[in-house]
Amino acid sequence: MMELLQTLEHAGLDLFGPFWLPLWTVAKILAIVVPIMLTVAYLTLVERWVIAYMQIRIGPNRVGPFGLLQPIADGLKLLMKEIIIPTGSSKFLFILAPIMALAPALAAWAVVPFSDGMALANVNAGLLYILAMTSLGVYGIIISGWASNSKYAFIGAVRSAAQIVSYEIAMGFALVCVLMVSQSMNMSDIVHGQHGQFGMLNWYVIPLFPMFLVYLISGVAETNRAPFDMAEGESEIVAGFHVEYSGMTFALFFLAEYANMILIAFLTSIMFLGGWLSPLPFLPDSFIWLLGKVSFILFLFLWFRATFPRYRYDQLMRLGWKVFIPLTIIWVVVIAVWMQTPYWLW
Amino acid sequence: MDFVTSNFETIVFYMFAALIVFASLRVITAHNPVHAVLYLVLAFISSAGIWMMLEAEFLAITLVLVYVGAVMVLFLFVVMMLDINLVRLREGFWRWLPFGAALAGLMAFEMIWVLGSRETSAGRVAIKHAADYSNTKELGRLIYTDYVYPFEIAAVILLVAMVAAIALTMRRRKDAKSQVVSEQVAVKKKDRLRIVKMQGEK
Repeated sequence: MMELLQTLEHAGLDLFGPFWLPLWTVAKILAIVVPIMLTVAYLTLVERWVIAYMQIRIGPNRVGPFGLLQPIADGLKLLMKEIIIPTGSSKFLFILAPIMALAPALAAWAVVPFSDGMALANVNAGLLYILAMTSLGVYGIIISGWASNSKYAFIGAVRSAAQIVSYEIAMGFALVCVLMVSQSMNMSDIVHGQHGQFGMLNWYVIPLFPMFLVYLISGVAETNRAPFDMAEGESEIVAGFHVEYSGMTFALFFLAEYANMILIAFLTSIMFLGGWLSPLPFLPDSFIWLLGKVSFILFLFLWFRATFPRYRYDQLMRLGWKVFIPLTIIWVVVIAVWMQTPYWLW
Repeated sequence: MDFVTSNFETIVFYMFAALIVFASLRVITAHNPVHAVLYLVLAFISSAGIWMMLEAEFLAITLVLVYVGAVMVLFLFVVMMLDINLVRLREGFWRWLPFGAALAGLMAFEMIWVLGSRETSAGRVAIKHAADYSNTKELGRLIYTDYVYPFEIAAVILLVAMVAAIALTMRRRKDAKSQVVSEQVAVKKKDRLRIVKMQGEK
């Protein structure tokens, strides 16, 4: 596979000269973005199935065999609908907001390694880049809330801004633990650091188990998923920041939320669950393992949504500031001391 | 075409520079304060791009992470909630113009002085490092060895500022209600829930 790609690259370089690099990069970007978009589409279907079965219903099964064409029908419906721009709204920002929500969600994929050496950009500061990109996602929500000129949208935007800023700190400290343990910010090196002769016992989830939980829960909060979906809060503020959006503009917010979910699932698998490494030492490492871990974490996201009622706003802030941030800071110190002792095995 | 490929970095630099100048001008000329803040965000991101070209990837990404991702979000948060009267804001424009112009002139002069002199910058080419050189690691090492005292002092000053800001604005309301979380968590199912057996209806 790798050899085939290399011959292709050399042939292209001879044929196109200086134009080859941009062309080749665009091809690689498409090879990442198109599968993500398809996964997003089918994740919505799987979500409806999973939640339906948890609530003893059947779920979508009418469109196509087993309801498999449902996401395509939904997408077509959204494409056909009119985009309504409310009066008194800031038109340019109103259209810009969904783009601002989706762009960082896709840009972060640039440094995600899918397998050994398979990343769009294998950069040194990969972890920092991901933190920066995920922190930009909040702009889509804030701008949409303000530009809509609606009270509900505005309340949703303000809630979301406060929530994301609070949980980002805990998330950042959890990642500080990861980079202390792996001694690198390169995503591929972080996975290599979890390679060892004991299979899954070498993964960082063992010494960093509290950080794994903090990262996962903060990830749910960062993507505004239930039970932390204060920004949407259908029963309190209708639909929060995207109450005024329709048609394709709404679809972009939807895509951004699910793309972010898949991203968080990938990052958790890469940083805590050993990425593409196999859980048992005698089995070969492969991309399939990564997909399995990602699917498991995505299932957790859906499971949370079907299980927990929405958090109250003060409970949310308490969890972020009074539980997660102290816990992560203490764990940074614990790991730092632990790493200096001979009992450090990772 | 050769011109573009051989001067690619210069062209990208001028694009970023033009963006920064445009965005900064719009920050002070935009009618709506929210638009002004968003233009400031654009200016920050463009400067991060220029730092990235100088191979200062840690600084570039930290600028995006801290300023764009956190500080400007709070800025927007505050600006969106303020009821700003534009007419009153524009009142003293002519009165303050000479003072502002003098400050701007002074800053422009300083920049020309520093950037134009052979001693400080002009003609020096940045050192290119190998691909495995980690800017972040080097910065971390310097902060905790050579510059440990300035770094600690800066940290303490920030802490003092934070404590002071909280102490100055903190007020306790007498009639405020709050939850005792430990009591809420300690509640057992049998305290709240009673299951009643009932005859099924036919």
